[in-house]
Amino acid sequence: MATVELTFSALPAHVRTARLVATAIARRTGVAEAILDEVRLAVGEACSRAVEAHRLHCPGEPVRIELRDDAGRFEVTVTDAAPSEDVTPQVLEANGSLMPEIDNLGIAVIAGLADDVEVLPGPKGMRIRMSWPASSPGIAAL
Amino acid sequence: MDLKLDHHSEDNLTIVDVEGEIDVYTAPRLRELLIDLVNKGNFHLLVNMEKVDFLDSTGLGVLVGGLKRVRAHDGSLELVCTQERILKIFRITGLTKVFGIYASVEEAKEAHGRDK
Repeated sequence: MATVELTFSALPAHVRTARLVATAIARRTGVAEAILDEVRLAVGEACSRAVEAHRLHCPGEPVRIELRDDAGRFEVTVTDAAPSEDVTPQVLEANGSLMPEIDNLGIAVIAGLADDVEVLPGPKGMRIRMSWPASSPGIAAL
Repeated sequence: MDLKLDHHSEDNLTIVDVEGEIDVYTAPRLRELLIDLVNKGNFHLLVNMEKVDFLDSTGLGVLVGGLKRVRAHDGSLELVCTQERILKIFRITGLTKVFGIYASVEEAKEAHGRDK
């Protein structure tokens, strides 16, 4: 098992950097090209949510990402330090009228993209762990 | 890639050409443009997303916000998009049922003409 860790200031401009890093490492880890777009979008969603939460609660604290090659899976964990309540992934029930709010839409997108997702809210922050299949030898061989 | 925005009007329809990435960093610029267009009386918008490389839920929120604004004036906000990776996020969130999504600007213009 090998891990790459990245921390960044809670600024929207850095989310793109995080996406690019995650995608590059996913590719090197052996994640199929066909699902790299899903990794990029899911990591971006998790980081965007974390940045927005930090800007509200703790703008000076960095957001942390761990990218792990674990037993044939590429696992990404995004951890923030902003207090969060329970979050239920929601998919819009659109019937032609607009939903009044789209809170948690990012979580819904992540849930729709990754086949293995764990969202752990808590008073000291939220942790979103997600993973995709990857081929060996992965990061450990870099 | 950054976000490039352009717009022009054809008859009663304002076409917004979007190129690049729509995310938490760039989405505010699209939001400002849509608000500005509505404030200036453009209530029928067609957002051409054929050159969008990346769209996340922040961008979806901006589009939904734009739709709410134009609907308040009996207007419309529709999309041109054929890219599977962009369409996928609309499907995941159920927004394919909310937005009219067309394969080309011409197709959207024809539909808009029929609805007038």
